[in-house]
Amino acid sequence: MTTAPRPATPERPAGPDPDGREPILQVRNLVKHFPLTQGILFRKQVGAVQAVDGVSFDLYPGETLGIVGESGCGKSTVARLLMNLETPTSGEILYKGEDITRLSGRALKAVRRNIQMVFQDPYTSLNPRMTVGDIIGEPFEIHPEVAPKGDRRRRVQELLDVVGLNPEYINRYPHQFSGGQRQRIGIARGLALRPEVIVADEPVSALDVSVQAQVVNLMERLQDEFGLAYMFIAHDLSIVRHIADRVGVMYLGRIVELGADAAIYEHPTHPYTQALLSAVPVPNPEAREHRERIILAGDVPSPADPPSGCRFRTRCWKAQELCAEKDPPLTVPPVFRGTAGPTEHPSACHFAEEKQVVPPE
Amino acid sequence: MSTSGATDAVMAPEPEPPGGGEERPLLDVRNLHVEFRTREGIAKAVNGVNYSVHAGETLAVLGESGSGKSVTAQAVMGILDSPPGFITQGEVVFQGRDLLRMGGEERRKIRGARMAMIFQDALSSLNPVLSVGEQLGEMFRVHQGLSRKEARAKAIELMERVRIPAARERVKQYPHQFSGGMRQRVMIAMAMALEPELIIADEPTTALDVTVQAQVMDLLAELQREYNMGLILITHDLGVVADVADKIAVMYAGRIVESSPVHDIYRAPAHPYTRGLLDSIPRVDLKGQELYAIKGLPPNLLHIPPGCAFNPRCPRAQEVCRTDVPPLYRVNQERASACHFWKETLDDDSAPSGDA
Repeated sequence: MTTAPRPATPERPAGPDPDGREPILQVRNLVKHFPLTQGILFRKQVGAVQAVDGVSFDLYPGETLGIVGESGCGKSTVARLLMNLETPTSGEILYKGEDITRLSGRALKAVRRNIQMVFQDPYTSLNPRMTVGDIIGEPFEIHPEVAPKGDRRRRVQELLDVVGLNPEYINRYPHQFSGGQRQRIGIARGLALRPEVIVADEPVSALDVSVQAQVVNLMERLQDEFGLAYMFIAHDLSIVRHIADRVGVMYLGRIVELGADAAIYEHPTHPYTQALLSAVPVPNPEAREHRERIILAGDVPSPADPPSGCRFRTRCWKAQELCAEKDPPLTVPPVFRGTAGPTEHPSACHFAEEKQVVPPE
Repeated sequence: MSTSGATDAVMAPEPEPPGGGEERPLLDVRNLHVEFRTREGIAKAVNGVNYSVHAGETLAVLGESGSGKSVTAQAVMGILDSPPGFITQGEVVFQGRDLLRMGGEERRKIRGARMAMIFQDALSSLNPVLSVGEQLGEMFRVHQGLSRKEARAKAIELMERVRIPAARERVKQYPHQFSGGMRQRVMIAMAMALEPELIIADEPTTALDVTVQAQVMDLLAELQREYNMGLILITHDLGVVADVADKIAVMYAGRIVESSPVHDIYRAPAHPYTRGLLDSIPRVDLKGQELYAIKGLPPNLLHIPPGCAFNPRCPRAQEVCRTDVPPLYRVNQERASACHFWKETLDDDSAPSGDA
């Protein structure tokens, strides 16, 4: 494969570069606007939902990048863009140095083999009229080079075994399985083509608490076994913390803070991250008396009409005039530059300062 | 136990017996059984639930889907779909009277006025073709016979009380014009409208984002304090429970398997299921290790395993667990656990074993 870095690669958004490895995916200034139109006969665009607006990050082989954020922040759109299910308005997604956003036909198919997705809802993401064997084997229909026809049944049974399901269930239908088992089927389908990257969009949020842990364990085991890179999208901060090596926090179409998991959870410098962490209910009644809670006022603004400057300023307790005028870039804030501490990570805030909201255990 | 004597004694809403309200629980659910008669067979959704709530107290009912936590609440509210749901046994004593023996008309007077419910999904619980003001005002028009105009004024007042900004303008708007958090506030306002003594909140914040969830829980707690209401909070989120509850009832397969004041249960659970739930929460100091996972799946309510319903998934299961249904053992004054080996579970402070 061609791993030559493109000469024109824009300067990397500052961030931990673990061991100087080559990233497998590089996302650069990704933008996706969905047009809002009016009229039936003479459609005219009256605006745009700025679902994703300038997102950049790297994904390294074998690591897990967690993306957290509230509903409507654009995290699922990022996932769909990575999968090439949507065409970005602008920006690039480099897979091993090659921009995949404009690919089509055979070239796209080849790339897609290496980037697979696990969906949130195990009830609607499996076709109820197909057997489990057909569902998991379908990727082989599309990429026959991976498994010759006679070999497929065996491969599917192997996959069932890998995800902890009885290989004899190959002829059953999705409705015969529980939610957790269905999510395992979804994971088996994602694994079928031996991809390098798996984009998991809220893979456990539809499951019961006792089953969530089973699926998270399975995903971690598979990552070690197959050297997968995960992009793990979730709104549950404690699960992301458990599984992710690095975490990006999204708000209204932007990444506002990005760093190693300990840096984000223990040394957050962006006010939104701090508010988000402080709002998470802690399963420890002792903590409720002496825990600082930051309760944000209001709701997330509409992505069709985001605030000027910093997008978080309408709910931020630190907001000043500068925040309305100047959009803070996602870089290491000047105050922390060169400190080599855990606070030296990109944070898109003019007034970034460290604030521990989760008491270290 | 016969309650008929108490039932006949008071017909009108009593004028607060001095001091008596302290001891008598506001709501006392006793040995409640609910089953669903379906084509596939009888699903035993609730199998002998006991719990009580006092005024000003928050009881959290914790359980996974299918544990019977919502069905119990529906039976208490009297909104169980029947058929297929049938209450086969038990008592629901509210302010000293058994609701299950009341006629429909009488219950209707209690429902909404004396006890109210907040549902999980505000968008589908509100009527999309009526404005929010009309729906809030309906409470006053039906229960108190106010005119349309008076009801609207009351609706605005309510919306202000749950801190919906620009209430005067928004009262004319429809549910889809509100955000998720605001809709849940409308639901709370509706439940609060007639200042009930008891509120049952069924996963009130599950559909909301964390930052909005914190706002809504705060509001609910504040209103509860203000009006000294009893609150039953139904949830699956151990974090939310720890934040607001006074006591917890953990449900599994239609039974309460453990009940306890909130502090004790997190410190030392007395049932292996509770312990499994607590152990499966990701913890910072165990990062990189495998999460503890309760093996297997919750039981099918059509075929609840004999003995203890949790026995196929329990790390502690012995022969007796497969044959004898454990009674709700009294652990101490305030705690109970339905496990034959509650003593061992309570004393066990080993780290979660990774036998997933």
